Amino acid sequence: MDQAIIQTKNLQFTYSAGQEGQEESRCVLNGVDLDIEAGSFVAILGHNGSGKSTLAKHMNAILLPSGGAVYVNGMDSADAVRLLDIRRTVGMVFQNPDNQIVANVVEEDVAFAPENLGVPQEQLRRRVDDALKAVGMYQFREHAPHLLSGGQKQRVAIAGVIAMAPRCIVLDEPTAMLDPVGRREVLSAIQDLNRTSGVTVVLITHHMDEAAQAGRLVVMSKGKVIADGPPKEVFQQVEQLRSVGLTVPETTALLWELRQAGLDVPLDALSDADCAQALYRLLA
Amino acid sequence: MEPIIQTQKLSHIYSAGTPFERGALVEVDFTAYRGEYLGLIGRTGSGKSTLIQHLNGLLKPTGGKVLFEGKDIWANKETTRQTRFQVGLVFQYPEYQLFEETVYRDIAFGPKNMGLDGDEIDRRVRQAARFVGLGDDMLQQSPFALSGGQKRRVAIAGVIAMEPKVLILDEPTAGLDPVGVEQILGNIRDYQQAHNATIILVSHSMEEVARTVDRLVVVHDGHIPFQGTPREVFQHGGSLEDMGLGVPQMTRVFHRLRAMGVDIDPSVYTVSQAKEAVLNALAKKGAV
Repeated sequence: MDQAIIQTKNLQFTYSAGQEGQEESRCVLNGVDLDIEAGSFVAILGHNGSGKSTLAKHMNAILLPSGGAVYVNGMDSADAVRLLDIRRTVGMVFQNPDNQIVANVVEEDVAFAPENLGVPQEQLRRRVDDALKAVGMYQFREHAPHLLSGGQKQRVAIAGVIAMAPRCIVLDEPTAMLDPVGRREVLSAIQDLNRTSGVTVVLITHHMDEAAQAGRLVVMSKGKVIADGPPKEVFQQVEQLRSVGLTVPETTALLWELRQAGLDVPLDALSDADCAQALYRLLA
Repeated sequence: MEPIIQTQKLSHIYSAGTPFERGALVEVDFTAYRGEYLGLIGRTGSGKSTLIQHLNGLLKPTGGKVLFEGKDIWANKETTRQTRFQVGLVFQYPEYQLFEETVYRDIAFGPKNMGLDGDEIDRRVRQAARFVGLGDDMLQQSPFALSGGQKRRVAIAGVIAMEPKVLILDEPTAGLDPVGVEQILGNIRDYQQAHNATIILVSHSMEEVARTVDRLVVVHDGHIPFQGTPREVFQHGGSLEDMGLGVPQMTRVFHRLRAMGVDIDPSVYTVSQAKEAVLNALAKKGAV
């Protein structure tokens, strides 16, 4: 079996009073055991406040465990000496691109991090170009980021992380502000990275259809993992997901409704094509 | 239906005279009617944000007019000012714009600016807070101690407290989980019904607008190519795909089913409609 690139062991995290505007201390992660295999594409789904963003922030040592441990490529995230190595291994993309852009020109922004890592000039040029192409923003390389739309800015932010050539990229709701095409472009860029370059992807999302495209789906509620498996299996637990404030893709919702009405349809027909096929067998 | 807000040949050009010059809106005729729940859809960069910023006078047209209740909103300073109170605009991620020490004061900011007296401000703040489901006990808290979803509701309450006749919300559900989405959409629906207000909902989710709005306006490339009921608009599935918008998932599945030779009405766009259609088709099959 592949080595886990990220491993959490009985991970616990409590925001103490005063931290991030908290009035009282609050336990956010309540014993999370998770192995993220190198090269995999894992989606993490959960309601607001389920702890999924807090979990993500442990994956490159932005937050350190209050209890338990996190290992990144075998390195203990609490080991301050390994901090740079950890950050180089796991890149992070946040929800709001405006907080992530630093330069006045797109390509300079993308070059910012690898330049700081001391990547030689020639290689830097190629990395920046490749990263911008990967997210479909190459033609905007000489534009000013503040004149771009939210979706375009987010893709620049992703390019900035890609340019660091991390082994793993953690994206915290990167498509929340994007239109359907923007989302599709970002998602296919993420998938390409995973498939072609073997970059491990951890995608924190609210979009059921995005989660459905991952190889593995982890569902969080109240600081714990409550479901973990291939999306086709996890989404069949319609009632459990709804009970923790989540929904299922509309395809599953329809098939589930039909089953409630006593019809014999499969619940695992997630894609448009599979769902149409299932209905076809019923109606033809 | 009585128009409340209209644009006549509205045009807007950004950065005129620079290399970034870009026509964001081209002679757009847009109408929103009193009391309707309108959905506005369009790609990033389609011009829809530019359009909504004209509706309450944040942007000045470079050509054409914006009329509120029949009057040009730029006729004089006072009209422009009044329009900004009557047409409330909730931006994307409005929670980043909270700034006051307490939730109460943040919600009261708008009504205070309108020059209302203390009692009226108090009534409005409490009513707006109730509309978005914030309890009285939360009013004295710091807005920064709240969760993301609660912060967003405070920000929306701040606009609702001005009791605008038209409430425009730019992606109010972005980043919220399904329960949060339903709460916000329900809050907005309550406000619409209590005040017979016009709602303009900007959304990227076809599924969301499909089950929420009465009428849809599509903005593409600075024009309005389609408008009508969701059923009418989603019939242009191919064109919507080309515009980068697409149609709801149920519509896509039913178009496939139709293409596979199943005799079924493809104009469904929600899960409950889809269920109806399947059950009806089965009943028809059984009857044959």
